[in-house]
Amino acid sequence: MANNKKQIRIALRNCGFINPENIGDYIARSGYAALASVLGANNPQNSIDVIKKSGLRGRGGGGFPTGLKWEIASKNHADQKYVVCNADEGDPGAFMDRSILEGDPHSVLEAMAINGFCIGATKGLIYIRAEYPLAIERLLIAINQAEEISVLGNNIMNTGFDFNIELRYGAGAFVCGEETALIHSMEGGRGEPTFKPPFPAQEGYLKKPTNVNNVETFANIPAIILKGWEWFSSIGTEKSKGTKVFALAGKVNNVGLIEVPMGITLREVIYEIGNGIVNDKNFKAVQTGGPSGGCLTEKFLDTPIDYDNLIAAGSMMGSGGMIVMDEDDCMVSVAKFYLDFTVEESCGKCAPCRIGNKRLFELLEKITEGKGTMEDLDHLKNLSKVTKDTALCGLGQTSPNPVLSTIDNFWNEYLAHVVDKKCPAGQCKALKCYIIDTEQCIGCTVCARACPVGAIKGEKKTPHEISQEICIKCGACMEKCKFNAISIK
Amino acid sequence: MEKIKSLADLKKKREELQTSSQLLSQSESIQVRVAMATCSIASGAKQVLEVIVSECNKRSIPVSVTQTGCMGYCYAEPTVEVTKPGHEPVVFGYITPLKAEELVTKYFVGNEMLEGVIPVNYEKVEL
Repeated sequence: MANNKKQIRIALRNCGFINPENIGDYIARSGYAALASVLGANNPQNSIDVIKKSGLRGRGGGGFPTGLKWEIASKNHADQKYVVCNADEGDPGAFMDRSILEGDPHSVLEAMAINGFCIGATKGLIYIRAEYPLAIERLLIAINQAEEISVLGNNIMNTGFDFNIELRYGAGAFVCGEETALIHSMEGGRGEPTFKPPFPAQEGYLKKPTNVNNVETFANIPAIILKGWEWFSSIGTEKSKGTKVFALAGKVNNVGLIEVPMGITLREVIYEIGNGIVNDKNFKAVQTGGPSGGCLTEKFLDTPIDYDNLIAAGSMMGSGGMIVMDEDDCMVSVAKFYLDFTVEESCGKCAPCRIGNKRLFELLEKITEGKGTMEDLDHLKNLSKVTKDTALCGLGQTSPNPVLSTIDNFWNEYLAHVVDKKCPAGQCKALKCYIIDTEQCIGCTVCARACPVGAIKGEKKTPHEISQEICIKCGACMEKCKFNAISIK
Repeated sequence: MEKIKSLADLKKKREELQTSSQLLSQSESIQVRVAMATCSIASGAKQVLEVIVSECNKRSIPVSVTQTGCMGYCYAEPTVEVTKPGHEPVVFGYITPLKAEELVTKYFVGNEMLEGVIPVNYEKVEL
């Protein structure tokens, strides 16, 4: 196999090696040593500088410099501050955070305590979705064990520093991954975003300065503290340092959880680590960034993956979902799938997102049913832009991205649906046309008997014919035909 | 575990733990790690762990079986890492409960390789 160590595991350094339910395993692999070193040095600003210089950026998708975020929170004075870990992972097909929490919960706890010491917070909260019962169970065991031996809790390792972590459960709303909505949900309110500023670092949980970071961001922290910012910033590209964990999924042979250095190309990820496309089909696109992201086509196969290049290519890093699509995937349907998701997950607070996304979805549905017009395509582009410009939070501002990016890269596919009333990938049911090849058909009547609506007519031992008006495109005839005489046009 | 009373105490504890895990790796017992994340469990890792433990007990094979998190090989779950004394660790994929028995009889007892060995394809960072 050609996958010769393209991966570097930093955030996943302990995943799959230690027993996540045994703190001894973690300590043996230098666990809590980074916290000890930060507490021993007793210079929070210095530790923040290390994170700043490392170039670590938020791994939840936005890519905001982590050290800068910490510094802002540290400079806002208050009687109580909070550290929040965002474990509300919601992109379809993404499971990076779940794997880290299930495989190495202590790395996140340790990093939160380091963060607390740096910004002057003594309380940490992990906002985790209730659909992750095993991650919750292992986190609770980890917190318990850490408190028992005093590497967490009050007077950590006799240094006088207190840091207590509690869990807050989310009900699985996608919008609660947005930090202001997450904070409202933790406070017991509705999971709806509010306008920023004020940023959580100024006015967050219970109106106190709050630093919110994603699970994977936290998992990198102990490694940076112990191995130094120079080491971390030597990995990656100029503006994106370190590694990124991706959940590689879709039409690729080796689906899995991977951690690659920033700057790796899609080609290396798909063909070397992923071992190519299933059944040797042709690569069509890869979707990154989930419902907020876009599709990258063949021309981007050799583009180094980092925050800025992905945005320039019309997608985004996102939290790490990477879905590979082949020639059999219809890009209009892909856009429709993501819009369906956003319509379901929109909190409904602002009109552009609540109504705009619904209208976008309806337009896409119309196109996939073969009823779309050229005007609909103009309308689709226009409405996408308006929704992006006017929505309140990140969800609505990015939800049209799958539409815009597929329009940019696969305009011909949209045209085929609208003008020729054809789906080139053969996915859109309404546009499928089942045809009997008169050369191959021997008139065995099996298809006519299989057809549930009686759309197939023909005499025994003479070629049959499908009436397109009656056909409901169920495919039963094609499945039953023993002579490969039926095909989709 | 006892309370860690100072920063130096943590270092001492770490060294103790490292020594004992080294001792374990030099002992006669086979080290087995079964990936047990949600996805692994869904594809049968719990039964695999049980089969390995009971098959080894039946044959009095000295073995230490632990659970671990996701190894990242979703396409080949359930996955099991086996380290025999004096050997490099080997990761086996596609270990169904039925194949787990075969793993014990063939690789643990004899030294016969099974199909589905996953090559190490990453560099791991040591802290």
